[in-house]
Amino acid sequence: MTQRLTFAKAINTGLRKALERDPKVLLMGEDIGPLGGVFRVTDGLAKDFGTDRVVDTPLAESGIVGTAIGLALRGYRPVCEIQFDGFIFPAFDQITTQLSKMHYRSRGRLTLPVVIRVPFGGGIGAVEHHSESPEVLFAHTAGLRVVSPSDPQDAFTMIQQAIASPDPVLFFEPKGRYWEKGDVDTDADPLAAPSTLDGARVLRSGTDVTLVAHGPTVGTALKVADAAAAEGRSIEVVDLRAISPLDITTVAASVRRTGRCVVVHEAPVLYGTGAEVAARVTEECFYHLEAPVLRVGGFHTPYPVAKLEHEYLPGLDRVLDAVDRVLAH
Amino acid sequence: MGTSGPLTDDGLVQLLSPAGERVDHPEYTPRVAHLDADALRGLWRDMVLVRRFDTEATALQRQGELGLWAQSLGQEAAQVGSGRALAPQDYVFPSYREHGVAHTRGLDLTEVLRLFRGVDHGGWDPEAVNFHLYTLVIGSHTLHATGYAMGVQRDGAVGTGDPERDTAVVTYFGDGATSQGDVSEALVFAAVNNAPLVLFLQNNQWAISEPTTKQARVPLAARGPGFGVPSVRVDGNDVLACYAVTAEAVERARSGGGPTLVEAFTYRMGAHTTSDDPSRYRSAAEEDYWRQRDPIDRLEKHLVATGELPDAFREQVQAEADALGERVRTTARALGRPETSTMFEHVYATPHSVVDAERAWFERYEASFAGGEK
Ligand SMILES: Cc1ncc(C[n+]2csc(CCOP(=O)(O)OP(=O)(O)O)c2C)c(N)n1
Ligand SMILES: [Mg+2]
Repeated sequence: MTQRLTFAKAINTGLRKALERDPKVLLMGEDIGPLGGVFRVTDGLAKDFGTDRVVDTPLAESGIVGTAIGLALRGYRPVCEIQFDGFIFPAFDQITTQLSKMHYRSRGRLTLPVVIRVPFGGGIGAVEHHSESPEVLFAHTAGLRVVSPSDPQDAFTMIQQAIASPDPVLFFEPKGRYWEKGDVDTDADPLAAPSTLDGARVLRSGTDVTLVAHGPTVGTALKVADAAAAEGRSIEVVDLRAISPLDITTVAASVRRTGRCVVVHEAPVLYGTGAEVAARVTEECFYHLEAPVLRVGGFHTPYPVAKLEHEYLPGLDRVLDAVDRVLAH
Repeated sequence: MGTSGPLTDDGLVQLLSPAGERVDHPEYTPRVAHLDADALRGLWRDMVLVRRFDTEATALQRQGELGLWAQSLGQEAAQVGSGRALAPQDYVFPSYREHGVAHTRGLDLTEVLRLFRGVDHGGWDPEAVNFHLYTLVIGSHTLHATGYAMGVQRDGAVGTGDPERDTAVVTYFGDGATSQGDVSEALVFAAVNNAPLVLFLQNNQWAISEPTTKQARVPLAARGPGFGVPSVRVDGNDVLACYAVTAEAVERARSGGGPTLVEAFTYRMGAHTTSDDPSRYRSAAEEDYWRQRDPIDRLEKHLVATGELPDAFREQVQAEADALGERVRTTARALGRPETSTMFEHVYATPHSVVDAERAWFERYEASFAGGEK
């Protein structure tokens, strides 16, 4: 059955399916029980599955992830919620020194199927620490899968595939898009579908420029493509879905067709996802490139105050400007 | 109230009953003996002004003038009582709803609006009022307070006997925060260094939707002794008791006696923030129970019973509150959007070529629109 769901409800439905499918799945985090999470992503789940499986934890992120590791060692599949991007850092030690390396250290004897859900990104007028995009800090750590869905259908599929994955997955949810609606086929079995955790997808085909995005900026990229189409320019939009591993094959195939590439993300440009994409594209399709790969994203500043965030964020105009610049070559 | 667990009211220091009657406490009554009717009226005035400020700010958020507001409603006695027990040289590290403490430090409360209006990440000069910036990452600042106290020690500003030199550091945090590793580490560092620190814990019984029973099985004050930090539980809605226990803890810190954990047992009468809806997780009966124990009413009942709240004084404070409300409204509305270029300022204290280049690029980019074409 296809249902029209908000992004948040699509994840909620995916979590519900995972809880139904596997008695070892449990959710843990701050305020995720009776409140349903500050974004209501876990709404109703504590009521239906009990507070033993949808657990309001003490207020301690290192504790959440550290105990999730222990639960996973005991055969559970914990899905942790970090309340906001900026509050993941107390858990940074557990994630980078423990969660990411246990499989490697144990020579594959131990797996840690832990999912860490992180509402991320800006544009919601929030105070400090509530609008950040720290995904590359985790992508830089081997052993972690880092993904970000961009629409409700993908959110529904990807959360279930993430939970089923034997690897730890950092699951970055574009919080600014939680209330956007989309069609979701809730009957399809995501575990039978191809993996979304390491496969980029071409969301819209075009011939002049490849626009690469993930999570919240995919919607921006689609709007850019519309605006550019009105000026007679044909933009291909690639949704990375995963930052780690990066599916460079799909990106490079697109750039070989278009000859131009722009990467857009909310995270700072410096040492960001775009830097990796640009380097790989240059290596893989140097002779197809008509212009340097350009990056559009946040600046090398802390995330600014809410009143300035729309200047910081890569909006329609900034991306169009980069598209114009690659086309000027 | 339960009789065991973290929500028991066992062992709370109280000097004013909810009915406004003085309660004698052999250890703490002497700490407030010098507070005359004028001083008590002053505490009442502080609380009334802070509540008006909070009410105005909440209304401004509802009107879209602030992005968010974290209410101090119901915690006025804990904040004003403890804040008024401090000396000018003492230094405070608050979390994010300590508007009452801010007021006692002499901070113009309208400065607090800047953060919540989204025009500033801080908003005031911390060193001008010995009141650090608000910290939104739960518990982090308790370590900063501990380190600051270690600096105070090294400066020889402890145990000299000079009341204008000896300095205490006070940090405020919540019941939820006690679960953070940083807070345990603050207790460890404070204890082993015998730091001149008061860890002022406002147990307002909720961490957003989670009751204190999700953080602990025993009263939170019990967190202290295991670390070697003595602790005291106080009725957080009793402004006199909060003053008394803080005065004692601050004196211990200043004299070289080391840190103290104060658990002020109070109640978050409002929502967690304006984004929150408490009806999803707590009962109206519970809210009602605490409304009966309103901290301002308690002192007011006492002052009325003792004939120390003349109409003229009430009217004067009412007029002050109205003026503050007016100033809060006009100041908030006048806080305009900062210049975009300020986004690039103060990332570093010295020039940084990447920031400079990005700023230059951004200015050219903005200018390209100003000319009508890009
Ligand atoms: C490290 C961190 N995790 C999560 C949050 C989100 N958060 C903000 S306030 C809050 C509850 C805090 O409760 P408490 O410490 O009792 O203070 P109160 O708000 O009641 O004053 C949470 C979970 C945060 N700000 N920082
Ligand atoms: Mg609390």
